[in-house]
Amino acid sequence: MAIHFDKALGLHAEALKLRAERTRVLAANLANESTPGYQARDIDFQASLQRALQDDAIGLHSSTRSAEALYRVPNHPAQDGNTVELGVEQAEFSQNASDFQTSLTFVNMKLRGLKQAIEG
Amino acid sequence: MSFRSIAEIAGSAMTAQSVRLNTIASNLANAGTVADSEAAVYRARKPVFAAIAERSSDHSAGAAVRVLDVVQSTEPVRKAYEPDNPLANDEGIVFYPNVNPVAEMTDMMAASRAFETNVEVMSRVKSMQQALLRLGQE
Repeated sequence: MAIHFDKALGLHAEALKLRAERTRVLAANLANESTPGYQARDIDFQASLQRALQDDAIGLHSSTRSAEALYRVPNHPAQDGNTVELGVEQAEFSQNASDFQTSLTFVNMKLRGLKQAIEG
Repeated sequence: MSFRSIAEIAGSAMTAQSVRLNTIASNLANAGTVADSEAAVYRARKPVFAAIAERSSDHSAGAAVRVLDVVQSTEPVRKAYEPDNPLANDEGIVFYPNVNPVAEMTDMMAASRAFETNVEVMSRVKSMQQALLRLGQE
C-alpha cells in the first residue's frame, strides 16, 4: 500500500496555495489605494477551490491554471474611479492571513499524523 | 510562489507614497515663499499614480504602483499688496504660492497611513512565509 501525499494532505494544500494567491491580489489592492481609476480585485475562494479540486480529480496539473480574479463592487464609488475601500481591504487581508495560518496548521497536523503512522 | 511579487507590489507602493510625502514636504516648506511675479512663484506639486498590471499570464491580478509624473497645481496664486516686502515688484505686489496648508496636512496623514498599511502587509507576508518555511517541523 502506497501513501500518496497529494491525497493524504487533502484540500488543505490546494487551499494554502489559493490563500497565498489571494494575499497577492489583496496586497495589490492595498498598494493601489490612491491610484486614480484602479479597480479593486479579489478571488472567489470557494469557486476557485472547487475548480482546483475538480481539476485534480481529472488529473489536470494544478500549476498550469491560476485563480480567476474578479472585480470588487464598491460600497461607495469614488469620484476618481478608484474602487479600493481601505477598511474592507484591510479586513479581507487580515482575515485571509489568518485563514492561511489555519490551512497551514491543518497541513502540519496531517504531516504529523503521517509521521506518527510511519514511525509507529 | 507569489510571495516575492507581494514584496515588489508593497515596495512599489511604499516608494510611491514616499514620493507623495516628498512633494507634501516641499509644498509645506514653500507655503510662504513669495516671489515678485506670477511666473516665478512656487506652485504646489502633486504626484500622479498609475497601476502597472503584470504581464505574465499566471499573474493576472497583481498590480504595482508607479509614479507617472509630478505635476504642478493650476490653481490661481494669491496676490498681496506688501510694499515693504523686499521681494515686492514695482507696484508693491508680491505673489504667494497656491499651497493650501490644511489640504497638504490631510494629504500627509493619508499618505503616511497608506505607507503604514504597506509596511503592515510586508510584515504580515513575512510571517506567513516564515510559517510556511517551518512546515512539517512542528
